[in-house]
Amino acid sequence: MDTAKEHFQIVFVGHVDHGKSTLLGRLYADTDSLPVGHLDKVRDICARQGKVFEYAFLFDAFLEEQEQGITIDTARTFFSWGDRQYIIIDAPGHKEFLKNMISGAARAEAAVLIIDAGEGIQEQSKRHGYLLSLLGIRQVVVVVNKMDLVGYSEEAFRAIEKEYRAFLSHLKLEPQYFIPASARNGDNVAARSGAMPWYGGLTLLESLANFVKLPARTDLPLRIPVQDIYKFDPRRIIAGRVEAGQFSVGDTLVFSPSNKTAVVKSIEAFNVPNVVHSVPAGRSAGFTLDEQIFVERGEVASHKDAAPEVSDRFKANIFWMGKNPVPVGGRYLLRIATAEVEMEVEAILGIIDASTLGRGESPERIEKNDVAEVIIRTRRPIALDRYADIDTTGRFVIIEGYDIQGGGIVMEVFKDEQEPFRAEARRRDFEWRRGEIHLDERVLRNGHYPGIVLFTGEKGSGKARLARHLERRLFNGGKQVYLLDGKNLQYGLGTDLSDSDKEEMVRRFGEVAQILLRAGQIVVSTTNTFALADHQIIRALVHPHTVIAVHMSFVEGPLPDNTDLHFLESDDLKAAAKTIMELMEEKNILL
Amino acid sequence: MKHLEELEDKSVYILREAYKNFDNLCMLWSIGKDSTVLLWLMRKAFFGHAPIPLLHIDTSYKIKEMIEYRDRLARDWDLTLVVGQNKEALEAGMSPERGRMECCTALKTRGLQQVLDEKRYNGVIVGVRSDEEGTRAKERYFSPRDKNNDWDFRDQPPELWDQFKTRFEPGTHVRIHPLLDWTEINIWEYIKKEDIPVIPLYFDRGDGLRYRSLGCAPCTTPIRSTAKTVDEIITELRNTKVAERSGRAQDADRGMEKLRKDGYM
Repeated sequence: MDTAKEHFQIVFVGHVDHGKSTLLGRLYADTDSLPVGHLDKVRDICARQGKVFEYAFLFDAFLEEQEQGITIDTARTFFSWGDRQYIIIDAPGHKEFLKNMISGAARAEAAVLIIDAGEGIQEQSKRHGYLLSLLGIRQVVVVVNKMDLVGYSEEAFRAIEKEYRAFLSHLKLEPQYFIPASARNGDNVAARSGAMPWYGGLTLLESLANFVKLPARTDLPLRIPVQDIYKFDPRRIIAGRVEAGQFSVGDTLVFSPSNKTAVVKSIEAFNVPNVVHSVPAGRSAGFTLDEQIFVERGEVASHKDAAPEVSDRFKANIFWMGKNPVPVGGRYLLRIATAEVEMEVEAILGIIDASTLGRGESPERIEKNDVAEVIIRTRRPIALDRYADIDTTGRFVIIEGYDIQGGGIVMEVFKDEQEPFRAEARRRDFEWRRGEIHLDERVLRNGHYPGIVLFTGEKGSGKARLARHLERRLFNGGKQVYLLDGKNLQYGLGTDLSDSDKEEMVRRFGEVAQILLRAGQIVVSTTNTFALADHQIIRALVHPHTVIAVHMSFVEGPLPDNTDLHFLESDDLKAAAKTIMELMEEKNILL
Repeated sequence: MKHLEELEDKSVYILREAYKNFDNLCMLWSIGKDSTVLLWLMRKAFFGHAPIPLLHIDTSYKIKEMIEYRDRLARDWDLTLVVGQNKEALEAGMSPERGRMECCTALKTRGLQQVLDEKRYNGVIVGVRSDEEGTRAKERYFSPRDKNNDWDFRDQPPELWDQFKTRFEPGTHVRIHPLLDWTEINIWEYIKKEDIPVIPLYFDRGDGLRYRSLGCAPCTTPIRSTAKTVDEIITELRNTKVAERSGRAQDADRGMEKLRKDGYM
């Protein structure tokens, strides 16, 4: 393959038996793109096995496929024509093999959709159109194949064209060309057909040359999902592919969802002739920062004026390839760019009927090969974009067990109740004037990271006693620790507030806690005035510091969401404090 | 040369995904051009370092220069080299005379399996390309193998938008293929662009012959070619329609499909 030429990836999709392999075989044979001897070899095998030679055999690499006459899995082949090098992805259309078709189509820049002139538009043909639009493929050519079987009839062709165009227009897909063809006879594949004088359009080969290369995503806002952090040598390199936009040395980057910011100190690369100053979309990059901030895989770096959304709830269109159906409330793992988080299907809004594109209302579950509109809730907030804005950070996969079983795109991001506080935390973090001493230095001196232990539970359940005991234990162990009680703020910082201003009280509490955390303290918080929702606000404000939630109650019972540990009023204080400290070690507060 | 950048970026991305997601990873290094480019890409991905072991399956029938070259690069590039060899089979006299398929199965497939079992690698990075032969065109970037090293090509996991299979049942492992999108010419163009030292066997050294594909000495024959430089190889490849592996005996009569189903690379 010649790199001087432009490269272009095209997927071929079509219902089983609509002649996809034959079309590809014909395209390669007629453009003289097969290896020497390949055509003769396959003809020879056919003769030996007493079979009539078919062009499809040129592409079906597996013995089993030749026996069954179907293409089992997606395959990639290359051919060169004009100024272009084409990478052809042959995606099987058989219903069971939908996941293979999706794997193939997800890599493509354009698609050729094949429809059998005799059989007409099947449900699969519609499903393929729908999935291509969901996968973001906008460039499509439709080949109406096996025209020889309908007597090369213009009427038959126009009827299919009209019906399929109407269907695709609902998907906002407008095929560039409809081409009547016979792959078996080579009509309108590489050479113009004499059998259809009524057709004045392009051959398939000519139409391929008219696909345009998609523009790089360089003009979009910057998105670098953090892939890993390397410390092979004195450099601390953040590695990640620039999915959109571009960045340069000296740029201030913000990492979402943690809100950490730092300036790009250098761009690192191996075996390059010159120092790299900036990196555009598409490149796998590595860079160092001016500060040793703690960022991890899954965060997304951006410029601060155009950061991604941060939320734990969004609406999405998904397609499901797993054997087990998806129920409402189903729990899975979601992967979006490099972030991985537990997720729940909060609601199934409808299954989309690929034939009519109508939405069946409120079904109970999503079956294999269904496309559905759903609401997804993630266990913690993640950085994401609407697919329509930035595709690479707006699409995701769903993992069940050991495998990717579903895929989808983000349609709408919901702002949760904590969003105003998250926005406040962002603004505040961007503008925060840092002192001379960095948190790392405090950690080094203190021998522990900052973190907050939030006690919840009814009055009298013993949480104040346990909190005080914990504070004492930590202090005696040489830790920097401070007990923060809501009451203390009520008579000082919150003296201007009435009882009805509780949310503002919580906000101030959260901001005080985050100052203590910045100062390197372990904060033990206990107050009766705050309810569960308030704790979510505190979490949003102190993010990304580690939070441990400890619930206390009189009897066993259901626990509030996000509870890390539970104790009963009657439990042994010493043992409880020990358990909390063990979790603090596990969560990397205590080292 | 934009396409080479795209290929490099994707391979680097895959290598970094593998490194992050597998706790016991190795890379197969056959000393040939593809896996040497792969090794170079690893140094790209990790900024000059090769942080995982390189695994060479030594059938004892490799060409002598290959072993010398291997040991030199291992020293120069600070590589961790693991050499696997099916000693039992060799002691029992296994050789190509016993049959090529038998020999490949015992010395390569079994030899590899022995090391994988012993070292418990759960991810194995391999330099296969989809243009090499038909079955490789159907591979995933992350391709699971079961306990017996079998490849179930009828039921491969979906792979979309560079989201790969990185979870797997205990006892199984995943083959990782960062070079799937590369072609033979791309490999040579990249060798030229990056100035990667390749083994001299690929060039004509005066006798009008060079190796296009390197395997074991008894089963790989050089081709007629006077290409003495990387540039000349690129020119030659642009003008040939002879399949790359035509000099390799194992590919005849669908031998490769059978070998690969059983765990061959």
